[in-house]
Amino acid sequence: MDELLKRLTEAHGVSGDEGEIREILKQEVTNLADEVSIDRMGNLIAFKKGTKGGKKLMICAHMDEVGLIIHTIAENGTLKFSTVGSIDSRVLISKKVKIGKKKHTGILGLKAIHLQEPDERKTLVKSKQLYIDIGARSKDEASKLISLGDYAAFDTEYLAFGQNRIKAKALDDRLGCSILLDVLKNRYPYDIYACFTVQEEVGLRGAGAAAFNIKPSMALIIEGTTCSDVPGVDEHMRSTRLGKGPAITVMDATSYSNKEMVNRLVETAIKENIPYQMKESVTGGNDAGAIHISGEGIKTAVVSVPCRYIHSPNSVADMNDYYSTSRLVEAFLKGCE
Amino acid sequence: MDTKEFLAELVDAPGISGYEEFISAKVARVFERYCDEVRTDAFYNVYAKKTDKHGENMPKIMLAAHIDEIGLMVKEICEDGFLRFVSVGGVDQRILPGLEVTVHGKEALTGVIGAKPPHLQTADDAKKALEMKDMAIDVGVCGEQLKDLINVGDPITFKSPLTTLNGSMICGKSLDDRAGVAILLETMKQLDELRFEAEVYFVATVQEELGTRGAIISAFRVMPDIGIAIDVTHGDMPDAPKEETFAMDKGPIIAIGPNMHPGLSKKLMDIAKEYGIEYLVEVEAGPTGTDARAIQVSRAGVPTVLIEIPLKYMHTTVEMINIETVKQAGMLLARFISSMKEGWREWMNY
Repeated sequence: MDELLKRLTEAHGVSGDEGEIREILKQEVTNLADEVSIDRMGNLIAFKKGTKGGKKLMICAHMDEVGLIIHTIAENGTLKFSTVGSIDSRVLISKKVKIGKKKHTGILGLKAIHLQEPDERKTLVKSKQLYIDIGARSKDEASKLISLGDYAAFDTEYLAFGQNRIKAKALDDRLGCSILLDVLKNRYPYDIYACFTVQEEVGLRGAGAAAFNIKPSMALIIEGTTCSDVPGVDEHMRSTRLGKGPAITVMDATSYSNKEMVNRLVETAIKENIPYQMKESVTGGNDAGAIHISGEGIKTAVVSVPCRYIHSPNSVADMNDYYSTSRLVEAFLKGCE
Repeated sequence: MDTKEFLAELVDAPGISGYEEFISAKVARVFERYCDEVRTDAFYNVYAKKTDKHGENMPKIMLAAHIDEIGLMVKEICEDGFLRFVSVGGVDQRILPGLEVTVHGKEALTGVIGAKPPHLQTADDAKKALEMKDMAIDVGVCGEQLKDLINVGDPITFKSPLTTLNGSMICGKSLDDRAGVAILLETMKQLDELRFEAEVYFVATVQEELGTRGAIISAFRVMPDIGIAIDVTHGDMPDAPKEETFAMDKGPIIAIGPNMHPGLSKKLMDIAKEYGIEYLVEVEAGPTGTDARAIQVSRAGVPTVLIEIPLKYMHTTVEMINIETVKQAGMLLARFISSMKEGWREWMNY
């Protein structure tokens, strides 16, 4: 498992630049599915025929991640960027990124503390004040290595640490992608369409097209969702908790989950003795937001692996949550007939 | 040993100020290969003595570069697997969110520095930098087991291995002043190609970041006739005033000002010119924040010079230097030492 998660989380796939991660997922899914295709948006879709057939069930995880895109090469050889997806600028400082297809290393430095006024240390640095330094001395030198529009992803290693914990970039939502691969090892009563979607992080842009084409009778979205059980957050503000099992969403900022599906997820968890938690906040959104209003409307539900520090270079998840989520999704699919 | 390889090993080694045992031993092992005699004192300063054909009445020269690095320290162990921490040395709190660290308890534990997620912050909080006191390190181990592994006061280092950027630019943590320690090695290697008469002490000092404490002790012990501190200064950074920083590719920097002996500094410049080594000059108006500060006033006073190399983003995990300046600094120092012949005292006449 470690080896696969390492490959999935270290691969680049900033929204709009999902080529590398898509290729890895395509290789992984080809042996598990009956048919594999890539749609016009770039979504990767794996079809697995059901034993009973008839109804179509879509399972969905997004393969893109937040990152940066280079928009200017400055005269001094540094790169100016925009964030792709939502990134708190405070996690960018003093971090390394890999840029473009050749993965040039770049760093996000900040004027040394010795040259700052005391007040500056309390001041927020906005991402438009930051720049990437690749060690180039001039615009010409930088232009030989970097093109405008090159994407940059966090330069982070996957690592298992502590008690069953992992840390990596892009756990949101490579954990979901990995769960799709897990559950595709089985065949289910319904026809399964496993969708690895693009551009979730820039506004749920990929999933709608996938759902429109497939026209499933229901869709289950598997996410890596925000987990705020950290010091300084009041008990009642903790949306999910690490180690307490998959988080089932009732509603969030982009959709309501279908009540029958939510009930069935909860019943399945209880029946199969799988720990679960309800997501206790309505913030955030995911592909369900685009899928549920696709075509004539589609029933959706969301189940998530809690991840601390999402959208940062190092997010943290609990592998027990991962395995429980995988089991819950599998049991749910088996139960749909 | 290849200087860049040595530097990569130094960058990986933990050694916040006051906790230099490990890196001290590592440096001693490498210096042994190039020096006559290597010793370590109770504070873990490393002394490596090197001679060639030692001349009579020739000076004892002490070169000093510090091995300690800035970092963090465990302040409080929380039940749920989080550690509160303080900084050791000047750490900009704005570099911390999302960083990977190693906590050196009974075992080395990986941790991630986290804070309250942005969507839970008040509108006012979201406009400010996160404060160190509000952050915590997530080591993924809870309760009693955590207390068995970690104690309050355990040192914490950043994780940021040496990485090669464009051309000769390299980056990583603790290049301040491990790059200086690499210059010590480079100087030894260059001296092996030259003849010299002085008695040379290469000293890797501790606790510089807390007030040049290792240099105070080691200068007293060595009793040098001449002191040479080797450290880093600020390289050009787009968001810093140009007049406070130095070009990354114009060679090492010779500092001048009250902390440095004017005759010796001039001699350094003369020798640089003689051997065609490019250099820049930094004016320091008072006691510098380097080991030169302590060496100059050791015992009855030591004529001291300061050689620096430009470094970008000092005290972050992505400190950047030009490895070429390390080699140039080594060359300048080796030539300086080898040029010292009978009559060297005249260099220091007022």
